[in-house]
Amino acid sequence: MNSVIITIDGKKIKTTKGETLVDVANKNGIYIPTLCYMKDKPCLGTCRVCSVKVNDYLISSCTVPVADGMVVEVENDKEGADMRKALIELLFVEGNHNCPSCEKSGRCELQAVGYETNMMVSRFPYRFPVNERDYASDNIWLERDRCIFCQRCVEFIKDKETNQKIFSISNRGSKSRIEIDIDLADKMSLEQVAEAADMCPVGCIINKNQGFNKAIGKRKFEIETVRERALNTQKNSKTT
Amino acid sequence: MSKKINLVFKMKQEILDILKRYNSNRARLLDILWDIHNIYGYIPDEALPTLSEALNMSKIDISETVSFYHFFHDKPSGKYRIYLADTVIAKMSGFQEVLETLEQETKCPFGDTDVSGTFGLYETSCIGLSDQEPAMLIDKVVFNNLTPKKVTNIITQIKAGKTPLEISTPKAIKTKDVAYIDNLVQTTIYKSGPVFFKSNTNYKSLLSKCLDFHPLEIIDNISESNIKGRGGAGFPTGLKWQLCREADGEQKYVICNADEGEPGTFKDRILLTRSPKDVLVGMIIGGYSIGSDTGIIYLRSEYWYIKEYLENQIQELKNESLLGENILGSSFSFNIRIQMGAGSYVCGDETALLESCEGKRGTPRVKPPYPIQNGYLGKPTIINNVETFAAITRISEKGGKWYGAMGTKDSTGTRLLSVSGDCERPGIYEIEWGITLGEVLKMVGAKNAKAVQVSGPSGECVSAKLAENRIICYSDLSCNGSFMIFDETRDILDIVESFMHFFVEESCGICIPCRVGNVDLHNMMKRIRARKATQKDLDDIVSWSKIIKSTSRCGLGTTSPKPILTTLDQFPEIYKEKIVVQKGSLLPSFDMDKALLDHDNAHKELSNKNATNE
Repeated sequence: MNSVIITIDGKKIKTTKGETLVDVANKNGIYIPTLCYMKDKPCLGTCRVCSVKVNDYLISSCTVPVADGMVVEVENDKEGADMRKALIELLFVEGNHNCPSCEKSGRCELQAVGYETNMMVSRFPYRFPVNERDYASDNIWLERDRCIFCQRCVEFIKDKETNQKIFSISNRGSKSRIEIDIDLADKMSLEQVAEAADMCPVGCIINKNQGFNKAIGKRKFEIETVRERALNTQKNSKTT
Repeated sequence: MSKKINLVFKMKQEILDILKRYNSNRARLLDILWDIHNIYGYIPDEALPTLSEALNMSKIDISETVSFYHFFHDKPSGKYRIYLADTVIAKMSGFQEVLETLEQETKCPFGDTDVSGTFGLYETSCIGLSDQEPAMLIDKVVFNNLTPKKVTNIITQIKAGKTPLEISTPKAIKTKDVAYIDNLVQTTIYKSGPVFFKSNTNYKSLLSKCLDFHPLEIIDNISESNIKGRGGAGFPTGLKWQLCREADGEQKYVICNADEGEPGTFKDRILLTRSPKDVLVGMIIGGYSIGSDTGIIYLRSEYWYIKEYLENQIQELKNESLLGENILGSSFSFNIRIQMGAGSYVCGDETALLESCEGKRGTPRVKPPYPIQNGYLGKPTIINNVETFAAITRISEKGGKWYGAMGTKDSTGTRLLSVSGDCERPGIYEIEWGITLGEVLKMVGAKNAKAVQVSGPSGECVSAKLAENRIICYSDLSCNGSFMIFDETRDILDIVESFMHFFVEESCGICIPCRVGNVDLHNMMKRIRARKATQKDLDDIVSWSKIIKSTSRCGLGTTSPKPILTTLDQFPEIYKEKIVVQKGSLLPSFDMDKALLDHDNAHKELSNKNATNE
């Protein structure tokens, strides 16, 4: 009844009207990179890394509900693919992303998506900004060099008792800065701290007690790429 | 010590009083912050715990809103805050001399306060006075046509103990009267047409006529006029109202977007000054049409000097039973309140405006859902421009057919142009859509025009020669009202760089391309102007512009590269002229002295140290 047919990279796909495009693509084996998107959570639409061509118009696929006859180009659109890569490159020049010394290396979504989009070096001039760290809370080390302003922590990690924001973005534009409410952060359970650190796509929110729980050289790395993980999650959710 | 405790206690009481005024409603955070700001001149840290507790928001959540807006300060910002508009038009009209005089007279550098804490000097984006620049705000009072002499006079008087209001306004003039606005600024209308600035409208009989119709008939009439929204996007107004009427929900809202922030535009200021009731009655008709009892005017805080006048106009309508409960004895009730902004261009985007109305930072929302389904406080909302509402009043009076017969097929009716820059008669012009660029230039007395920035920085920069015959309408040369003229003596690249600086300052920062990319575009413009860019740099700036234009989340980012792209298209020679060829292995942009500076400094430091040790 609500079944629609869309085309992605020339492949006809039968799906349900109103489903989110990025999910539909992944479910059908077509990987679209994402950084802020979390399946089953409200769309944040901040990173734009999932931008693909829909009916000849570039748009972030996490914000698109599919409709019948939609023509989508992901890999086939070389210009769009290059733009997705460019957005990743912009993040690498905006912050200081020094993978070898980062606790998140190997489990970092930015790093992984950088590999997936074949980024070698940024085409944009590196800025090497000087950012202040915030280590005042008991359990969280806030490494501002790495924040990509995805808003996951701002929107999804709230104080359990009052539902108040624990994280926020201050200022605007290029002066934007991630902030942490120390009082509320100190109320967080260790489980919630771990949830925040895991949810952070980069190494900005660090769990103080177990940053380098494994020394460099001894860490086990993800054996699944972000691509495989995105595609697998979708497959699994299809069967369940 | 006890004095300090007393002060904190007093502050707490004052803030509790303010909170009470707004029922501790977090959606009114902007109003609450303004009231605090009006007492202390900034939002003190000590205020945050009280606000946090009453509004159930964390302190950083409140700071998120405070720090987003240009006119909110979180530390003492001077007893008198002076905001000088740094627009390209101001820079053509003696901005630099005024800026220097301000710094000399106040003994205060821009971006800071003076030692005594009397003055704070800040630059700000366009304040809607492009036909009378340079201009500045001293908090809520505005001063136009500034010269060094005028500035010296103002500062001297403030130092002598006078307030900006006393300096600007004779005692006999009341702030709620139009005389107050007329005394502060010029409202120059050079050409009015069939739609705007009519003085003989009988609002009572008009509204009474409207209330006799079914709301759908009113919407049909608007649809018949084919009017498109005047904010710039050009969405058909009739369709917007119809969709909102059909949307599910008991409570609906009407919002008037009076956040006129596009540099070079000032038509809404003139409408609100000369025809405020056209705008208000347009909103009332909107409320009746979609089934809403609440209207909000989102007024940019740069126009604070219009607020009391506008409130008085609202009161006058109430007195005549044209606004309020049971309008003209009918079952229809409608109220309007004014929501002040706090300094942010992006809040002109309708969904950012909604966030701002709800007391949050002005982040444009993810769409869908659209405001007609999910607008203010999640309820179906129509948001229309000041000019649209004023036109609706005339359409309701004279009929959709009458209106639709004017203009072109895709752009019906007339529109207001805010003309500024190099011409003999800067001011407001009502034009019928379909007029050519050349005709406008002739009408306003623009001799030797080289370029015209149509629709402000987010629009197009066109060559006065090449685009002479282009038609002003949605399908050719679309115009949101801003019309800035530059003659042969102006440095176009300087203007482009200023515009890019504007976008960097005004980006909300939520999406990557706009937040990060615009900084690179701005830097590249600086490099080009400094004759340190190569052909590859020029190719890069085009390709980067395309990325930002295609991937940004809202209209700010999708239009911000347009100053570069459109000038490159119309005036390629001015770019080529700046381009240099790389000699040797180093890029022309590489600054050897700067690169070695750290080393030199370390070297000096070390030899000084050694010298003292010996």
